Amino acid sequence: MTGVPLNIDWQQILLHLFNFTILFGCLYILLYKPVKNFMQKRVDHYAEIDQKAEQTLAEAESEKTSYEEKKKAFSDEMKEVKSKMGKEVEAERERRVTAAKTEAEKIVSDARVEAEREKNEIIASAQKEITDMVTEAMEKLTLEQTASDAFDQFLDAAEEADK
Amino acid sequence: MTKAERRKAGIIFGIIALIFMVGAILTGGGEGEEETIQEMMRDAVLHDVNKVSLFGIMDVNPGMMAGVIVSSFLIVLALICRIFIIPRFTMVPGKIQLVLETVVGLFDNMAKENSKINGFLGAYIFAAGAYIFTGTLFELFGVQAITTTGRSISLPAPLSDINGAIMMGCLTYLIIMSGGIAGNGVKGIGKTLKEYSLPISLSFRLFGALLSGALVTELVYYYTSLSYVLPVLVGVMFTLLHALIQAYVLTMLCSLFYGQVSDNTPKPPKEKKQRRKDGKKRQTVVKDEAAA
Repeated sequence: MTGVPLNIDWQQILLHLFNFTILFGCLYILLYKPVKNFMQKRVDHYAEIDQKAEQTLAEAESEKTSYEEKKKAFSDEMKEVKSKMGKEVEAERERRVTAAKTEAEKIVSDARVEAEREKNEIIASAQKEITDMVTEAMEKLTLEQTASDAFDQFLDAAEEADK
Repeated sequence: MTKAERRKAGIIFGIIALIFMVGAILTGGGEGEEETIQEMMRDAVLHDVNKVSLFGIMDVNPGMMAGVIVSSFLIVLALICRIFIIPRFTMVPGKIQLVLETVVGLFDNMAKENSKINGFLGAYIFAAGAYIFTGTLFELFGVQAITTTGRSISLPAPLSDINGAIMMGCLTYLIIMSGGIAGNGVKGIGKTLKEYSLPISLSFRLFGALLSGALVTELVYYYTSLSYVLPVLVGVMFTLLHALIQAYVLTMLCSLFYGQVSDNTPKPPKEKKQRRKDGKKRQTVVKDEAAA
């Protein structure tokens, strides 16, 4: 080893190399590779979760769009139905108002007819009553006259008889 | 904790500190004189005196032994993680899982940011970073070893040994070259060879940085009077900073150069050349017109 500066010993360099190579191999197999593999596994795991989440998100987005479209279609349909119903209601209202008006007119007309009839009936009845009263009065009068006359006649007859 | 308990704990702590201080004073001095500071620092640089037996096979620098211990520790730690922690990983990480994932993710991201071909690079800078960081922190624990001369020494950081630093620098350079080959084929080798000073700079940066740390620590620990309070700053904080910085610097440089030599996107044509070409074309057109 004389003459080599700093006592450099090639044999010991090789021994150091051998020592480090074994260390490198062991550390790689026992520590570096398993830990790295696990870290990669976790990265993959979260990437998978992320991918699933993205997929779910895309599905949700698609469903949302579909829902929005359906909502819009439903809203349009609702508007149409509403408008149609409004028209129908309006028509029904018109029809009912007309019917009510017609009925009211009919009622009024019927009432008038009835009133006229009743009026006529009352008048007729009154007339009849008056007639009856008059007749009765007349009869009474007539009877009174007839009775007094008959009595007078009786009396006259009796008198005549007596005579 | 009540006031009486706190006082009791304080007294116990004080007694322990006192025992350590007395022990340090009584045991210090004698051994320090055996090896002078000059010898100690010279040995820290050259490793020509203190050698450690590597399981009875051969005598090596203390740094080599430290490297073996650090590697064994890391392998055992990795094994424990693989058997007990990694199978219990959950999608929402716990504390230990978070630490492991952060460390692996840090190096993996560094590789990904700098190079398109990053599978191998990430694994390499992870191992290199772990080795440099743990190796530098290792000197904090002051693991003792017996030298071949029978002296007790505290093992230094593996990369404060020039051989370890050269290995790391050269291996990093080879890894960078492999990136060049993977990205650009034979052209990649040329691209890497352009940075011929890289293995030297990588090796000696590591060696210099860690050696300076080791020397300062040796210096501080050599004198008993400097052994109180100061090691908390020098030993712990500097070593921690050192460990982080050196691990970051080498891994960052490695991934940067790796990315540079493995990049195979064609360069856009330079404007100057285009202008020159346009100029030449114009000149030829003028000449042709003149000739006509």
